[in-house]
Amino acid sequence: MLMFTFRRFLQLIPVFFGATLLVYFLVFATPGDPIAALSGGKPMAPAVEAALRAQYNLDQPFWVQYGLYLKNLVTLNLGQTFSGQDVSAVIARAYPVTARLAIMALTFEAVFGILFGVIAGLRKGKFFDSTVLVASLVVIAVPTFVLGFVLQLVVGVKLGWARPTVSGSAPWNELILPALVLGLVSLAYVIRLTRTSVGENMNADYVRTATAKGLSRRRVVVVHILRNSLIPVVTFLGADLGSLMGGAIVTEGIFNVPGIGNLLYKAIQKGESATVVAVVGILVIVFVVANLVVDLLYAWLDPRIRYV
Amino acid sequence: MSENLTPEKDLAAAGTPAARQGKTSRHHIEHFVAPLEETPLAAIDNVDETAAPLSLWADAWRNLRRQPLFIISALLILAVLIVAIFPQWFTNIDPRIQSTCNLADSGEPARAGHSLGFTLQGCDVYARMIYGTRASLMVGVFTTLGVLILGGAMGALAGYYGGWMDAILARLGDIFFALPLILGAIVIMQLPAFRDNRSVWVVVATLVIFGWPQIARITRGAVIENRNSDYVTASKALGLSPFRALIKHVLPNSLAPIIVVASISLGTFIVAEATLSFLGIGLPQSIMSWGNDIANAQSQVRNNPGVLLWPALALSITVLSFIMLGDALRDALDPKARKR
Amino acid sequence: MRFSRTSKALGVAAVVAMALTACGGDTGNGGGSSAAGDTSKVITANSTEPQNGLLPANTNEVGGGRVMDLIFSGLVSYDAKGAIQNELAESIDTKDSQNYTIKIKSGETFSDGSAITAKNFVDAWNFGAAAKNTQLNSYFFESIKGYDKVSAEGSTEDKMEGLKVVDDNTFTVELAQPESDFPLRLGYTAFYPLPESAYTDVKAFGEAPVGNGPYKLVEGGWKHDVSVSLVPNEKYNGPRKAKNGGVTFTLYSSPDAAYTDVQSDNLDVLDQVPPSSLQNFTTDFEGRFVNQPYAGNATMTIPSYLPEFQGEEGQLRRAAISMAIDRQQIIDKIFYGNKKPAVDFTSPVIDGYDANLPGSEVLKFDAAKAKADWEAANKINPWPADKVFTITSNIDGAGNKEYITAMANQIATNLGIKAELNPIATFKQSRDLINSKKLTGASRAGWQADYPSLYNFLGPLYGTGAGSNDGDYSNPAFDAKLKEGLAATSVEEGNKLFNQAQEILLKDLPVVPLWYQAVQGVWSNNVSGVQFGWNGVPLYYEITAK
Repeated sequence: MLMFTFRRFLQLIPVFFGATLLVYFLVFATPGDPIAALSGGKPMAPAVEAALRAQYNLDQPFWVQYGLYLKNLVTLNLGQTFSGQDVSAVIARAYPVTARLAIMALTFEAVFGILFGVIAGLRKGKFFDSTVLVASLVVIAVPTFVLGFVLQLVVGVKLGWARPTVSGSAPWNELILPALVLGLVSLAYVIRLTRTSVGENMNADYVRTATAKGLSRRRVVVVHILRNSLIPVVTFLGADLGSLMGGAIVTEGIFNVPGIGNLLYKAIQKGESATVVAVVGILVIVFVVANLVVDLLYAWLDPRIRYV
Repeated sequence: MSENLTPEKDLAAAGTPAARQGKTSRHHIEHFVAPLEETPLAAIDNVDETAAPLSLWADAWRNLRRQPLFIISALLILAVLIVAIFPQWFTNIDPRIQSTCNLADSGEPARAGHSLGFTLQGCDVYARMIYGTRASLMVGVFTTLGVLILGGAMGALAGYYGGWMDAILARLGDIFFALPLILGAIVIMQLPAFRDNRSVWVVVATLVIFGWPQIARITRGAVIENRNSDYVTASKALGLSPFRALIKHVLPNSLAPIIVVASISLGTFIVAEATLSFLGIGLPQSIMSWGNDIANAQSQVRNNPGVLLWPALALSITVLSFIMLGDALRDALDPKARKR
Repeated sequence: MRFSRTSKALGVAAVVAMALTACGGDTGNGGGSSAAGDTSKVITANSTEPQNGLLPANTNEVGGGRVMDLIFSGLVSYDAKGAIQNELAESIDTKDSQNYTIKIKSGETFSDGSAITAKNFVDAWNFGAAAKNTQLNSYFFESIKGYDKVSAEGSTEDKMEGLKVVDDNTFTVELAQPESDFPLRLGYTAFYPLPESAYTDVKAFGEAPVGNGPYKLVEGGWKHDVSVSLVPNEKYNGPRKAKNGGVTFTLYSSPDAAYTDVQSDNLDVLDQVPPSSLQNFTTDFEGRFVNQPYAGNATMTIPSYLPEFQGEEGQLRRAAISMAIDRQQIIDKIFYGNKKPAVDFTSPVIDGYDANLPGSEVLKFDAAKAKADWEAANKINPWPADKVFTITSNIDGAGNKEYITAMANQIATNLGIKAELNPIATFKQSRDLINSKKLTGASRAGWQADYPSLYNFLGPLYGTGAGSNDGDYSNPAFDAKLKEGLAATSVEEGNKLFNQAQEILLKDLPVVPLWYQAVQGVWSNNVSGVQFGWNGVPLYYEITAK
C-alpha cells in the first residue's frame, strides 16, 4: 500500500510537466494578441508595445517561451501577470477561497446526495423517489447562472437571509449559498448514483444473509448496503473536487467570490499564460491526489480490492 | 455461453410467482428482499432444462420490452426524434428565416399563432424550440456516445489491467480533467478547419475531448470493483482469456453507474453547448438549439421567464426519457433487480 | 462570466478627472447638495480590479481610473458638465496654440507634505512618454515636441525637448504643431504630476501611490481583487473637497453581483446597471437612480478596405445600411429606452455638439430609401445572393450580442440580404482581427471620450493613419478640416470647423453611428447627494452618508 502511494506520487512529476506543457501550448495557440488587448483598443506607442512583448517573452517562439517558464519554475518563480503582480501571490490569495468553496460544495453534495440517494433507492418508484427525480431534472436543465441568480435574488435580496455577495475575506458562513449553487448539478449525479447502487445491492446475497441473521434494518442499510454501494459515489466525488474548483467560474461571478474560477477565466481571456499554467498545474495535483485518495478508499470499502 | 445461467438468476426467475403467492405473514413488514421463510426453497432446483439458454443481452432485451418504463421512455424518445427530423410538421414558422423575427414583437406574450410568446429579438419561442431540437439532440446523444466509447475504453482498460496501463491512462485522464473546457474550446473552434464552418460535429468533438475523463473514472472504479469477483475468476478458470472476461463479464456487470452518469451527462452536454454559445465558441446563431436559447434568456429571467422555461422544459423531458431508458436498461441487465 | 463592458471594450474610458463645480458657487446638475448628513462616514462604491500599478501614465481603464482621479489632481479638471476649470494651474497661456506657458499655484503639497513644483509635472510627463518606461498612455504626449525621439524603439532618451522648467511655479510646453485643444486634455489622468519619491521604486509606488488629490490611499488599502480604500487628504485645497469620511471601492467581476448588493444596502453606489436589470432599475430604486448621457457613443465600423464598400457603390451601401437600422426600436426593445439615437459622430454632452448637421438624415430609419439605395448600388455592382453581411464583435462584454443580433435582423429584413453577428470569444482576438485589417464585414465600435472635446471624437478615429482608425478611413478634405480646426484661435471657431468635418463623414460614413451612451446609476438608502459627471463617473467626493 505504501509502495502504491509512493509510486503514485512519483507519477505526479510527468503528469505535472505534461499538463503544463499542454496548457502552455493551448494558451499560446489561442488567437489574438495579449499586448494589443492591454491597450483596450486605444493606440499604443510601437516602442512600448515591443518592450512589453519582450518583457513577457511573447516575441519568442513557443519552445523558448516554455523553456524560460520552466527555468523560472525551478526557482519557484511562477512569473508575473500582465499587471505586474507575482502569479504566486495572486494564486495564494485565490486558491484558499476556492478550496473552501469547493470543499463546502463537496460536503453538501456528499451528505445530501447519499442521504437522498439511499432513501430513493430503498423506496424505488415511490413518492420521494419521483420528487427527487423531478428536482434533479430542474437542476440539470436550468443552467447555473439562472439558478444562482434566482437564489441570490430570493434568499439574498428579497428575504435578506444572507448577504447576496461574498465579502472580501470570504468567511465560511457567507459561502453557504454559493456552495449550494455550485454543488447542485453534482448533487443530481450523486443522488442517482447512490440510488442505483443501493437498488442493486438490496438484492445481493449478503444482504439477504444479513437480514436472515436478524440484523436490524438500520444496520443492514448502513453497514451492508451503503458501504457496498459507495464505490461509484466515491469515484464521482473524488473527480468532482477538482471540477468544482476549476469550474466555479459562473458561481464565483454571481456571488463575487475572489477565487480561481474568475482568475482563470480572466487569464484565459487575456492570454496570460503564467497565470493559466499555474492554476491548472495546481488543479492537476488536486486531481491526482484526489484520485489516489479514492483508490485507497476502494480498498477500504471493498477488502477484495488490493494494491501492491 | 451457458455460464450466464447462474443459480441466483434461476431463483429469481423461477421463484417469482411462488414468492408472491407464498406471502402469508399477517404483519406487514417492509422487506427489500423476500424473507427467507417466504422463499420456496424447492424452486431452486426447479430448473426448466428445456428452455434454450439465452445470452445476457438477448435475455435483457426480452425483459426490457415488457417493462412499462422502457415503453414510455422509448415512445418519448421516438417523439423527440420525430420532432428533430421533421420540425416543419409541427410549426409553419421557419425561424431560420431572419425576417420571421420582428423586433417590434420583442418580449410580447402569447397570441394567436404564437402560442408561447416571443423572445427578446421578437422570434417565436415555440418555433425556435421545435427547430432547436435537432441540434440539441445531436449534441446530447453523440457527445454521450463519444465519451462512452472513448472514456469507457480508457477506464475499462485502466481499471482491469492496472499497473502501467492504469498509470498512463488514468494520469492522462487527470491531465484532461484539469484542462479548462473554455480554453480548449477557444483553441479548437479557431482551428482553420472549423473557424468558418462551425457545425454540431465540432461542438460534439470538443465536448468529447474534454468530457471523457469523467466516464473513464466511473468505468475504472466499477471495473476495479468487479474484476476480482468470483464469477470472473470462475470464467478465467474455465479458460476464457482475460480480455474476453473483461468484455463478457466485468463490463456488463459494471454498467449500472456508467449508465447513470451517461444519462445525466446527456443533459449537461446540451447545457454545456449553451455555455459555449454564450461565450461565442459554440454553434453559430443561424443554427437553432435549446442551449442557444437558454443562454440568450439569461438577461430575461426576471421579466420574461417564458423564454427560459420552454427550452428548459424541452431539455428536461429529453433528459427524463433518457434517464428512464437508462433505468430500464440497467434493470434489464441485472437479473437480481427484476421485479419480484 | 462577464467582463464589464467598459473596463476593456472601451478602453481608456472614463478615467478623466471628475470635477466639480461647488468651489465657484455653481452647483452643477444633480440635485442633492448635502445639507444634512454624516460627513465622517465612509461610503462604498463599485469598481473593478485596477489592471496596472496606479501610475498616471499607465492607467488606461476605469478600474484604475476611478481611483487615480480621486487620489491625484492635475492642472485642470472638468466640472460635472465637462467644462474645464483650473485645479493646480494658475494660468495656461498661449498666443499661437503651439507654445504654452503654464503657471501653477504655489504652496500646494502632495499628501506626504512635499511641495508640488513645475518640475513634478515635467518629470512625470517625461517619464510617461519615454519608451523605456513602457507606460500604456505614452501616446498622450505625442503632440509635445521631442516625443518622437523619446518614444523611438530602443531609445534611452528620456527628456522631451518641448518641456522646459522656468522656475518652481512655471514651465513651458512647445508642441510639434498648433493644437488649440491641448489645454482641454490636461485634466486627463496621464497629465498628473508625480512626487520625487515615485521614481526610486516605480513598482512599489504603483501599489501605494502618494498623490495630491482630494483622497489618499489608506496604508495597505489596495487589497487585490477585493477592495481599494481611500480616506480624505487634508492637504488638498482644490475645489473637489471630500464630503464624506472616505470612499471604499468594492471590486466586482460582474455588475449583476454589485446590483444585488446595492439592492440590499451592502453597497452604496453603483455606476453601471447590468443589462438584466435595465427593465427594472427605476422601480427597484424609486427615487434613487440616475439615467443621463455621458461622453461616449456606439458605432459600427465598415472598413474602407472592403471592395463592396468603396467609391460610389460604397457610399450607397453605407447609407442603405445606416437607414435600414431602426435605432429607436433597438433602444426601446433591447435597452428599454435607456439611450438616445445618434445624429452625429460625437456626443451631446460635449461643448459644440450640433444635433442638426446637414446630411444627418442618413442616420434616420427609412426602410424604403435604404432598399432603394441598396438596389442602386447593386446596379453598379451586384451583391452576391448568398453573401452574408457580418458584424464582428467580441461578446464577452455584456449586451453586445443582443443589440448586434437585433441590428443584423433589421438589416437582413429591410435590405433583403443575409446579415449575422460574427461572435468572437475574447476581446484580444477581436482586436487582433480588427488591427490586422482582415475583416470581411463590419465590426462593433464605440468611443468614450478621454477629455471633453469634439476633436477627441474625430481626430483619433477618422484622421488618416490615426491610432484608432480601425476602418483605415482616409479623406484629405476631412484631414484638412481637422487641421484647420486645431489651428483655430477660439474654441467656438474650432468647433464650427470640426462640425464641417463631420459633414464630410456623414457622406462617407466610415462608421455608422448608432446611439449615444448613457449611464444608469443607482444608490442605496444610506447615502445622499449622488451626482454623475460628464463621463458617467459619480462625483464620489460629493456623496454623504445619511
